[in-house]
Amino acid sequence: MDEIIVEFLTESLEGLDQLDNKFVLLEQNPDDRDTLASIFRTVHTIKGTCGFLGFSHLEKLAHAGENLLSLLRDGKLSFTQEIASALLNMLDAVRTMLGEIERTETDGEESYPDLIQVLNRLKEGGSAPPARPPPPEPADATPPANESSAAEDADVDGSGSELLPPGSVFLLEPVSTPPEKPSTLSSAQRPESPATPPSSADTSAKSAQPAAQALERTASTPAALERASSTPAPAAGGPSIAESSIRVDVPLLDKLMNLVGELVLARNQIVEYTLLQENPQLMAASQRLNLITSELQEGIMRTRMQPISNIWAKFPRIVRDLAVNCGKQVRVEMEGKETELDKSLIEAMKDPLTHLIRNAVDHGIELPAVRQASGKPEEGCLLLRAYHEGGQVHIEIADNGAGINPIKLRNKAVEKGLITLERADAMSDQDFRRLIFLAGFSTAEKITNISGRGVGMDVVKTNIERIGGVIDLESELGHGTTFKIRIPLTLAIVPALIVTSGGERFAIPQVNLLELIRVNEEQRDAAIEYVHSNPVYRLRGKLLPIVYLNHELNLIATARVLNIVVLQAGQHQLGLVVDQINDTQEIVVKPLDKVLQDIPVFAGATIMGDGRVALILDILGIAQQARILSDSHDQNVAAQLEKDRDRKAEIQTLLLVRSPGNGRLAIPLAPVSRLEEFESEQVESAGDVDVIQYRGQILPLVRLKNVLSASYSSDRLARTETGALTTPLLQVIVFGDGARRIGLVVDEIIDIVQDVFETKGRATRAGVAGTLVIQGRVTELFDVQSFLQRMMPLLALAEGA
Amino acid sequence: MADNHQLCTFFLEDRFFGVDVEKVQEVIRYQVVTPVPLAPPVVRGLINLRGQIVTAIDLRRLLQVGDPQDDHRPINIVVQTRQGTFSLLVDRIGDVLEVDQSCFERPPDTLEGIARELIQGTYKLQGRLLLTINIDKLFNLALLNRYRATAKNTG
Repeated sequence: MDEIIVEFLTESLEGLDQLDNKFVLLEQNPDDRDTLASIFRTVHTIKGTCGFLGFSHLEKLAHAGENLLSLLRDGKLSFTQEIASALLNMLDAVRTMLGEIERTETDGEESYPDLIQVLNRLKEGGSAPPARPPPPEPADATPPANESSAAEDADVDGSGSELLPPGSVFLLEPVSTPPEKPSTLSSAQRPESPATPPSSADTSAKSAQPAAQALERTASTPAALERASSTPAPAAGGPSIAESSIRVDVPLLDKLMNLVGELVLARNQIVEYTLLQENPQLMAASQRLNLITSELQEGIMRTRMQPISNIWAKFPRIVRDLAVNCGKQVRVEMEGKETELDKSLIEAMKDPLTHLIRNAVDHGIELPAVRQASGKPEEGCLLLRAYHEGGQVHIEIADNGAGINPIKLRNKAVEKGLITLERADAMSDQDFRRLIFLAGFSTAEKITNISGRGVGMDVVKTNIERIGGVIDLESELGHGTTFKIRIPLTLAIVPALIVTSGGERFAIPQVNLLELIRVNEEQRDAAIEYVHSNPVYRLRGKLLPIVYLNHELNLIATARVLNIVVLQAGQHQLGLVVDQINDTQEIVVKPLDKVLQDIPVFAGATIMGDGRVALILDILGIAQQARILSDSHDQNVAAQLEKDRDRKAEIQTLLLVRSPGNGRLAIPLAPVSRLEEFESEQVESAGDVDVIQYRGQILPLVRLKNVLSASYSSDRLARTETGALTTPLLQVIVFGDGARRIGLVVDEIIDIVQDVFETKGRATRAGVAGTLVIQGRVTELFDVQSFLQRMMPLLALAEGA
Repeated sequence: MADNHQLCTFFLEDRFFGVDVEKVQEVIRYQVVTPVPLAPPVVRGLINLRGQIVTAIDLRRLLQVGDPQDDHRPINIVVQTRQGTFSLLVDRIGDVLEVDQSCFERPPDTLEGIARELIQGTYKLQGRLLLTINIDKLFNLALLNRYRATAKNTG
């Protein structure tokens, strides 16, 4: 059976069960608007859904009931027993139909025209209740039959009448007073008479004429009710839908999940202990415990798993509406909609996915005419795909639309000042496409009510990253765009690597883990190199920034060997040095208290096999704290661009000098005009600046060390107390020509090299454009451009002279 | 305000304190505490309370009673506050005392700093003074202030 029908049945049956009780409540207190409103809502929902599913008979009946209820709810009619009976009859009929649907997937042949008629009549005629003093009993012409059948079939509607006193008062009354029955029958016609307007005061006059009608009706209605009570019977053989599924509170599931987590921990302890005991019986028992626990864990996990179709189900409609709005034709295809993931993740993915879908329809897929012109079928296609791979859920959203035009993105980004023109030149097309994830970015030519306000893709990205996911895109101009999302299966129990640092254990979620490196004690010192004072490790020719966990957490290091855990933090990689690497374990993530949530490096805590608490590291937080990650996306992109710019570079000639701190620095030779050596006696002062007379000009001098410090200060060259410079000979690199010259004082010029150089790492301090490996050594690349810019005031000095 | 008639009492060094017994979930002996690096100094760490992870607050540090010795094995008083469940680390646990409202007095004006915020008042018992602590104030105001203060000092 179609899942949506099953859901409809479950929901409706549940609603109906509550309605029985509510009607009874209402009878006690007819003015209870809240109860009326809630009854109305339930019936309304049933009507709405079955109309959508195409059960027209059911819809008509529910509609009639709904109309009556809406009048009651608005206070235009007052609630009478007669109305109650009619409505209860309607409920029974609805129940019968639902039973029919469950068995045959159709709502049956019976359309209950009489009941509908009754309902409609009540709706019109009910406004004159004072005209008929004894209205209560009449309608009960039908309930007796209803009651008797209901009593037999206690399962369905007996509960309302038997268990609840108010219900029994009203429903049992006719049964308990059999002598009145004939009179009830005859009086039944009175209020139901359609022919007489309600305003008529003469009640007795009406009674005669509709009598036959009423008798007819009473004959037909019990028949229907008989069916109502008899139809569920055959279905009772197997479990009906109402019985085969129940609704459970998510907090209860969370609790169960927690308990299973505890059980897993207890199991671990017992298994460990058993191994020491050499008791075969205990061993067997513990193995059984082991198996059962694993199965239980899996079972509980599954209770929280939901198919992704739960969110996808709404998309065809969204797409349809959007497409109609934009005058486009879009077909939605889905693959792997049964792919399951944790409920909390389903919830978290709802908005990002909806946003991506909207974007795809609004921006991705072209207008039919445009598509036709480019030789594509008029109807665009949106493909949603989900699958499990590598312990993660992959979700793809692909359209066969126009694709993303990198040039357009580039221009927009430059125009908005998100990137500089110069950077843009160095970017690849893929970089441009990734720009859409920047905050405040939109290329939609006009802002529509659907998308294009420039908020969105960055939010999508943030939301996905928040649940530990990753998003990327592929796009080919003219052929379409594919967004690829990877998210973890569940957040509650995650596999993690347990490490020790400073005597404490920490858990690193395995999603972040790339590889483990162990460096022996002897090689330890050589393995770590420094870019300025920042440690890096050469991993297969690429520079991997190193973060010491002990240092970040202010712990005391104990290890002699170097254990590097290579981690992926967003788009970046980093090597986390820990004292010891223990093992991998399934851990149960527990949140930290509010007072500790300010600490970005922890994602939560867990309880280990020995009952002690261990903290879970938040790799993104650590990267941020260690400044591996830049704070904003913009800088993030900038870093990437910097890399690309140098990758593109042609053969370069670089001047290698020794940088302060015994590092190596490469200075592009092109802007250098001369290399000079001056005697320190030649240096003179002009105000705060060291200068030297050079070719009839005044040449300002600056020290490399000062240029490289974050805050440039025009510190003087180091002097002894007598005013003489400490170094006898100055190595000076002269930049510029004519009057606009500046001299850079370096400690030592090592070499001049010529090659194609590829930047391997990011700049780590001011005045440096990046890091490269030259002659097998880590070398920083001097940023001449920014250097000259910062030295403008000094150049002016020389000019003025 | 301070009309709690039953107080769970405890000692920090030789100082005598009490908290409303209604707020106390349980008292448990010394538990292994997992320290939380970078946390405010008043947070001693986390303990495992039957599967629930509870933040342990060093009451000595919070009330500035002086740092504990190395072999100090504090008792946990687990309290329920509006901010959640916390464990208060104290030196020794006393009895649950029924106190008479008539011997309650507000803290003297000479009391300063965090203690002033946290100490509700004193019960003048025979031979000693019992200070009562307002648990609900413990975890928003005082702790955060302390946290900021320490952050300023170190950074």
